[in-house]
Amino acid sequence: MRQALRHHLFWPVAALVALVAANTIAKPSFLAVTVTDGHLFGAPIDILRAAAPLLLIALGMTLVIATRGIDLSVGAVVAVSGAVALEYISASSDPGSPLTVLVAVGIALGLALVLGLWNGFLVTVLGIQPIIATLILMTAGRGVAMLITGGFITTVTSEPYKGLNSGFLLGIPTAVWIAVGLFVVVSVVVRRTALGMLLEATGINPAASRLAGVRSRTLTWTVYAACGLFAGLAGILVSADTMAADANNAGIFIELDAILAVVIGGTALSGGKFNLSGTFAGVLVIATLERTVTVLGISPHVTPLFMALVVVTVTLLQSPRVRERFAVAAIRRRPVSDGGRGAENGSAEDAAGAAGGAGEEAPEAEQAPVAGAEHASAPDDEKEVTR
Amino acid sequence: MTTQPVVELTGITVEFPPVTALAGVDFRLYPGEIHALMGENGAGKSTLIKALTGVYQTSSGTIAVDGTERRFTGPGDARAHGISTVYQEVNLCGNLTVAENIMLGAAEPRMLGGLHWPRMRRLAAQHLERMGLDIDPGSSLDSHSLAVQQLVAICRATVSDCKVLILDEPTSSLDADEVESLFAVMRRLRDSGVAILFVSHFLDQIYEVSDRMTVLRNGGLVGEWATAELAAGDLVKHMIGKSAQVLESVERGHDAARPGDGEPRLQAIGLGRKGSIQPYDLEVYPGEVVGLAGLLGSGRTELARLLTGADRSDSGTTLVEGTARKLHNPRAAMAHGIAYTSEDRKGEGIVDGLTVRENIVLAMQAERGWVRPLPRRQVDEIVAGYIDQLGIRPADPEALVRNLSGGNQQKVLLARWLATAPKLLVLDEPTRGIDVGAKAEIQKLVAELAAEGMSVVFISAELEEVLRLSHRIAVLRDRKVVATVGSEGTTTDHIVDLIARGDITEGDAA
Repeated sequence: MRQALRHHLFWPVAALVALVAANTIAKPSFLAVTVTDGHLFGAPIDILRAAAPLLLIALGMTLVIATRGIDLSVGAVVAVSGAVALEYISASSDPGSPLTVLVAVGIALGLALVLGLWNGFLVTVLGIQPIIATLILMTAGRGVAMLITGGFITTVTSEPYKGLNSGFLLGIPTAVWIAVGLFVVVSVVVRRTALGMLLEATGINPAASRLAGVRSRTLTWTVYAACGLFAGLAGILVSADTMAADANNAGIFIELDAILAVVIGGTALSGGKFNLSGTFAGVLVIATLERTVTVLGISPHVTPLFMALVVVTVTLLQSPRVRERFAVAAIRRRPVSDGGRGAENGSAEDAAGAAGGAGEEAPEAEQAPVAGAEHASAPDDEKEVTR
Repeated sequence: MTTQPVVELTGITVEFPPVTALAGVDFRLYPGEIHALMGENGAGKSTLIKALTGVYQTSSGTIAVDGTERRFTGPGDARAHGISTVYQEVNLCGNLTVAENIMLGAAEPRMLGGLHWPRMRRLAAQHLERMGLDIDPGSSLDSHSLAVQQLVAICRATVSDCKVLILDEPTSSLDADEVESLFAVMRRLRDSGVAILFVSHFLDQIYEVSDRMTVLRNGGLVGEWATAELAAGDLVKHMIGKSAQVLESVERGHDAARPGDGEPRLQAIGLGRKGSIQPYDLEVYPGEVVGLAGLLGSGRTELARLLTGADRSDSGTTLVEGTARKLHNPRAAMAHGIAYTSEDRKGEGIVDGLTVRENIVLAMQAERGWVRPLPRRQVDEIVAGYIDQLGIRPADPEALVRNLSGGNQQKVLLARWLATAPKLLVLDEPTRGIDVGAKAEIQKLVAELAAEGMSVVFISAELEEVLRLSHRIAVLRDRKVVATVGSEGTTTDHIVDLIARGDITEGDAA
């Protein structure tokens, strides 16, 4: 129990289960998935499909955050990428041709990559703080999208393009294939190669990493470029869903959702250790939460408040102090002599996660008691049990 | 000592599973004594202090203050009961005034819900006077030397009724005069009845100032002695648990193989950087240890950083085995077999959130690039090899480096660079702030590596150490290499002389 509680995936998964339970109580058929024409339908599939763009963006965001950075411009990149693709298709002579769509996607992704490289340039070469550097594109990007659409909301009809989001492959929506597929590929690449370790080293101690010969600048730049590219892909999924190039509203606030997903997943905003599986769970929590609002029929007036309450709860539960309380409470109930040993290292690590870096920056005197509690509670508890 | 101890710890055990940091340690501190807490890094000194002040929870044992059993919830609670701690790094606010630093949060005088500034300044001045410190309480703390800041920290610690003062390595960044003024303050406090717990790596300081000492080793209590009754040699034996033979063997290994002339492995010609170090010439031959001697700020570190590409030079050339090479960054230097460990172990050395394994393979992996990960089996072999060879404790590849003692972190860093099989190893203060045993091991390792043909540039603030290990010594003063001398027949006095008269003979030295 203690080990499970200390696992970084525990609270996001618990939140997910709770949300699903609430939905199932309100609507017993919530989890039902039906097969029509060989395609899967149902709330879980809808949630996954709706979560696809956020999943892509949170993926890039996790890697950027691991290097001590942040990318606020992803929402704007979503708008730019969708606008470019749709404008190209609408201007072409044959909007329905797969070739047109392919070129449109290519241009959009290329532009998104350039925007990501721009962010990386500002951060790594000019040394601008990531939050400021990406704030530039966050504002300017929407302007670029406006420029592309000429201030209009361009609606387009193109079956192949629409299919990128709502089409089906082996019964599962294309958007899910794209997002989950890329997420899995990147996760495997990051952990199978040395990329993950070198990114973490860069995030934890950039100076030491440089002296150790880590190409921190190149790595960081690459990660911003990838984040831009993934946001571009998300922009294509978003615009293929609405089939309208909306410079103002496409991907609005998605950067905040992505950061939230990363934090819920247990990666610290202060950089360093990251875990993509946590981010995946975080994205599912947010997507399910949005669905829950509809299922429970919560009034639109109180929707933001409701979402805030859930998010606050999950984030609090992820914080090191609260996690430690729960772990202590759990072991008092159940006598285990050293159940926590295996998890000790890992969890001390992840614990920094939801703290959002606040604790890490604290002066030593402030931080010491927390760190002490983290370690010392174990022997303390054992004593409790033996009495 | 028939009086009651002001602090009495009995059977204190602290565990960070699976590690036992302190095992059943007893400790007594009497009023009016300076008590030295001795032990190697990782012996449990800091843990004992943190257990006493409530930073760590004890899993067994009792803590009694003035005969009453207590369990503090943290340093603040301990301070409220008269136990104050001053750490190695000054934990004050440099942008505030001396008076504010002394009084705020402790006993600041209030008036109408605000602060009574004139009174605060007056009280602070009184406290400073009590310490024998003649500085303006209204001046900003930043404007004073580190030593004065340290004394201000002690002043702050003793403002409110202080029965016990814990000084954790207060002298590591002070020079001799500053240490003397610190000791004067300590003696004054002792004579007024304060019990002082003193931690230091400098044996001569311990013998100068302490009355009694408690020795810890590997988390256990070795014993308690009156300082006058324990000879320094015996103290070292108690601390490292074996006789000081290790230290002697290093000296014997010296000069076994004086490197031949041949071609220098690395040659710097007129290498310099404006505002950092004046152009210098230096060559290092295969199998040679070149020591750098000079005071703090003399340019030792700056020289090493130019040599290894950590900083970019703006004049001069570097020849690696006879060929001119541009070493613009550490990677370029690594490609030519040059490795550099920074003096700033925490800031530029270890990656504290990663494991011992990851830290050791970091440079090797960085050289290969992320696309070609080292096979896990090879990594495990390398890491196990170095843990064994260098005696890294705990011998757990998955332990977080942050939880290792200073000496062991240093060994992890050495392992990181040895794993890249460098031809030239530049070690900047590799033995600073680590204990006697680890220090001897690192010195021995350097001698062995040189004997096997590796070139080493060795930087240390301790002249004896530099002299003992090096074949040649470059002496620096005021950001300039003022002399290069062979170590044979040279004494520390001679080098001190060179450092001291550097400015007088500037004309002929250049």
